[in-house]
Amino acid sequence: MTRPFPELEDAILALGQKLERTIKTPGLTLAGEALTLDLCGGLWLAAHRTLIVSDLHLEKGSAFAARSGQFLPPYDTRETLACLHEAVARFDPACVVALGDSFHDARGPERMEPGDRAMIAALQEGRDWVWIAGNHDHAVSEGVGGRYAETLALGGLTLRHEPAPDAPNGEIAGHLHPCGKVAMRGRAVRRRCFVTDGKRLVMPAFGAYAGGLNVRNPAFDPLFPAGFTAHLLGDGRVFAIGKAMLARD
Amino acid sequence: MPEGSLPARFEAWFASRGWAPRPHQIELLRIVGDGRSALLVAPTGAGKTLAGFLPSLVALSERAPSRKPRGLHTLYISPLKALAVDIARNLEAPIAEMGLPIRVETRTGDTPSHKRTRQIERPPDILLTTPEQLALLIAHREASDLFANLSCVVLDELHALVTSKRGDLLSLGLARLHRLSPNLTAIGLSATVREPDDLRRYLVPQTRPPSPLWGGVGGGGGAEEVAPYSEPPPPLTLPTRGREPVPAMADLVVVKGGAAPDLHLLDTGLTLPLAGHTASQAMPAIYDLIQAHRTVLVFVNTRLQAEYTFQELWRINEASLPIALHHGSLDASQRRRVEAAMAAGQLRAIVCTATLDLGIDWGDVDLVVNIGAPKGASRIMQRIGRANHRMDEPSKAYLVPGNRFEILECQAALDAVEAAAQDTPDARLGAPDVLAQHVLGMACADAFDPLQLYDEIVSAAPYATLSWEDFEAVVDYVATGGYALRAYERFAKILRGPDGLWRVRDARIAQQYRMNVGTIVESAKVKVRLARGVRGKPGAILPKGGRVLGEIEEDFADTLTPGDTFLFAGEVLRFEGLSEDEALATRAGPGTDPAIPSYAGAKFPLSTFLAARVRALIADPFEWDRLPKQVADYLLLQRQRSILPGPEGLLVETFPRGGRHYLTAFPFEGRLAHQTLGMLLTRRMERARLRPLGFAANDYGIAVWMTRDVSEAIAREPGFLAELFAQDMLGDDLEAWLDESSMMKRTFRQCAVIAGLIERRHPGQKKTGRQVTMSTDLVYDVLRKHQPDHLLLRAARQDAATGLLDVARLGVMLRRIQGRITHKALDRVSPLSVSVMLEIGREKVYGEGADEILAEAEAQLLEEALG
Repeated sequence: MTRPFPELEDAILALGQKLERTIKTPGLTLAGEALTLDLCGGLWLAAHRTLIVSDLHLEKGSAFAARSGQFLPPYDTRETLACLHEAVARFDPACVVALGDSFHDARGPERMEPGDRAMIAALQEGRDWVWIAGNHDHAVSEGVGGRYAETLALGGLTLRHEPAPDAPNGEIAGHLHPCGKVAMRGRAVRRRCFVTDGKRLVMPAFGAYAGGLNVRNPAFDPLFPAGFTAHLLGDGRVFAIGKAMLARD
Repeated sequence: MPEGSLPARFEAWFASRGWAPRPHQIELLRIVGDGRSALLVAPTGAGKTLAGFLPSLVALSERAPSRKPRGLHTLYISPLKALAVDIARNLEAPIAEMGLPIRVETRTGDTPSHKRTRQIERPPDILLTTPEQLALLIAHREASDLFANLSCVVLDELHALVTSKRGDLLSLGLARLHRLSPNLTAIGLSATVREPDDLRRYLVPQTRPPSPLWGGVGGGGGAEEVAPYSEPPPPLTLPTRGREPVPAMADLVVVKGGAAPDLHLLDTGLTLPLAGHTASQAMPAIYDLIQAHRTVLVFVNTRLQAEYTFQELWRINEASLPIALHHGSLDASQRRRVEAAMAAGQLRAIVCTATLDLGIDWGDVDLVVNIGAPKGASRIMQRIGRANHRMDEPSKAYLVPGNRFEILECQAALDAVEAAAQDTPDARLGAPDVLAQHVLGMACADAFDPLQLYDEIVSAAPYATLSWEDFEAVVDYVATGGYALRAYERFAKILRGPDGLWRVRDARIAQQYRMNVGTIVESAKVKVRLARGVRGKPGAILPKGGRVLGEIEEDFADTLTPGDTFLFAGEVLRFEGLSEDEALATRAGPGTDPAIPSYAGAKFPLSTFLAARVRALIADPFEWDRLPKQVADYLLLQRQRSILPGPEGLLVETFPRGGRHYLTAFPFEGRLAHQTLGMLLTRRMERARLRPLGFAANDYGIAVWMTRDVSEAIAREPGFLAELFAQDMLGDDLEAWLDESSMMKRTFRQCAVIAGLIERRHPGQKKTGRQVTMSTDLVYDVLRKHQPDHLLLRAARQDAATGLLDVARLGVMLRRIQGRITHKALDRVSPLSVSVMLEIGREKVYGEGADEILAEAEAQLLEEALG
């Protein structure tokens, strides 16, 4: 077998070893569908053999260089894709859904290194791939494979980028980059997280350079009027933490 | 007139003051008159500043009158903006009294823009400024005209400047000045230092370099040199200096130190605790000293200690003496008010931190009190010098130990001061991130030829050993970020023209440079605003309206939860929450104890030099009769229960306590090196299945606790301890730890700001939204994985070696103790171990992973569900 991306495979191997430490991946149910919250920040729907990842923000580094002359290391796309590759290798999904803001801006695909582009193509091989439209990449240019959709229905679930406060039960969205902070005994830990109240779920950002918004920010209030549980991505597993234990920034 | 003698009107002026010119002032006049540079080393009160300016004043007074503007004659650089302003004021007197036709101006961050513009168009004869302003001036388009006739540059407090990245930046500025004005003479003014030759080299252009500067991969800058990112990073190697040719040095003028200081250990007769730095038992004695003197400077090592001391002194201030507080977190206007009151002689005492180590002469200070351990001999001498600025009279000072170990450290410092021994740090290797900033600045000034710029840069002493390859890597970094993927060529900041010269891309990049110049990276801070409670509604607050008390580090604010109490600006505050960019707080009720220590224990690590003296003092019982009885008794008890640590080796003790097993070790290398050691040791013990749970460190030793019996493991396996403390822990273990070290990430952030990778956040600028907030931690993680030899990672490693992680010192220690580890298995804690055991709970405990914190929070959710 040829190894098209030997250096990537090494990185993936290392990631895989780290993930072996995972004790168990917690599951929960949303609109009758069983969901697995994965430590990588992806969501696994075993019944549909579908992997959902949100807010990849590919080419965010190069967007900074283009716009402001700040040369952040241009390896964010490669890093994000390596993580995605690891998850795809583990679950072998029939379908991958990228839940919007897959590229940091509409010109992102143009700036992508050829190697990274080939990496996406390899990931898409033999499976359905859906790019959901985001606010950053509403009109993604051609050349990145897959198909496009504004929203996607999957069993009782609705998948869209930006959460709609009045959506019926079963919405899965991204956009907000939720992060939870726990402060205790002079130490603070801030991690990306899934947020859910059993009716809807907001996914963490998957992209290497994607920043985070604290779940105690008022932006989350209209979505979860009766409170929520945040599932924080720890080093070894996912931790379910109640709203009351989460600190503001 | 013969060179080096004073012109008549200067003689007359001295005489009118009842003074005679001092020999070193005349000597400096002669050296500079001969066109040579000079370093003047003199104690406080020797008339150093006047000596530095005298050659320029004489030269300017002898100029033929001219109507044409003549450009800048003398440049004076001070580490403190306030000092520059103060010196300008002091210069006015002799100039006015002798009627000299000399115009003196200052240029600082506060100078209005119209005045800055005028200073470029019509420069004064003498300009007084700071290193950052010099960087801006030489990056100015008019720099070559402005400095073409510069005759003299005076660098004040040079000993304080050269030990930091500011000194690197200044050295590069100085190299540029030497090139713009080849006949320039440089005068360095310094307190006594250990290696004056380092400063003498710093002042004058150096000759050619022989060896590469930074260890590791050159980086070369070619697109084909793409390092596979799965390859492990190059090991952290400490840069070594190449064989140097005899370097050019400035002349040296030394003024023999005036009267010996009148220095004492404050003995209250009370028994001191074994740990802690507060010196609470000494407060009444300190208060008595304040009452018995005109003005007292009370130095402490940390802001927390300043807050505490201030509160305690006021608690017993029955005479309501005017005692003030001064530290870096206080609001700037508040600090200015304290300084003004001090200058006006209205204060009897100021409790202060290192913010007042340098600076304006306050003639009225007649006593210095230093609370806590002195940490370094040179630092304590500088502080003592703040009392009494006349060199013929002794400065009077008291050292106040906070615990029994600090008595040892104070005694070692007293010995060092008596022997006039210095422990100022070694000369620095120039930092790559500072060089990157400078290269962009030089492109802003004018198109540059890389060969010519390289020659100029290696003439600066800190960069004398910079290799061409490393220089190219820096230029490459400035142009496109220096990444193995050449993704950013389209957006390059500096461009190489067909003529081979590099130019800045556009005015916007030049503006960016000006906004980000300098090497002082303040940690992000938030304002602390006093909020008002709502009457009748406990817990409710009005978010606005209260006054701003000062600033706290954002990192610290991050760990606060509403209801936490902490000490700030002389009172106990209750944290109420964050509103936008402000921390809201209310006054805590009387008698409330602050729950959260707001700043780390001791800020400065114990110097290597003092550490060696402390070790020698402990190891030699014949020396003990010089120590207070309580310390001698304590050491005696240690000798009975265990053994005494030797002057060279390492004492390791192991013992059980409360169902756990402890290992303590006493390297005496300062808390930074000990924290690094603790991190690395716990990793190794983890592998040895000892199940370490955490550790605590202070300046003298560390304690690690675990669930397995470590005494037994050592007894069972010969060589176990030697293996545990083997030097190779600085290899893979260090690398693995650096991956996660938050201190390394902080170091990286500072390098990234200095080198212009990320922009400074300016005061008043709000945090940007989530989409643009770029966490440097993410950048660090990604860069480390994909390009471990990147320039900025190398810069961060170079800093880590000497800075927050003190890896260099740890390396020297591990080498020293090889084959000299003494182990003592005990059945109970020894007197020596008690001191470090007491740190547990007082300081942050390490080894508690993020997941442990999260698991605990998760458990609370379960409790909620069940309850």
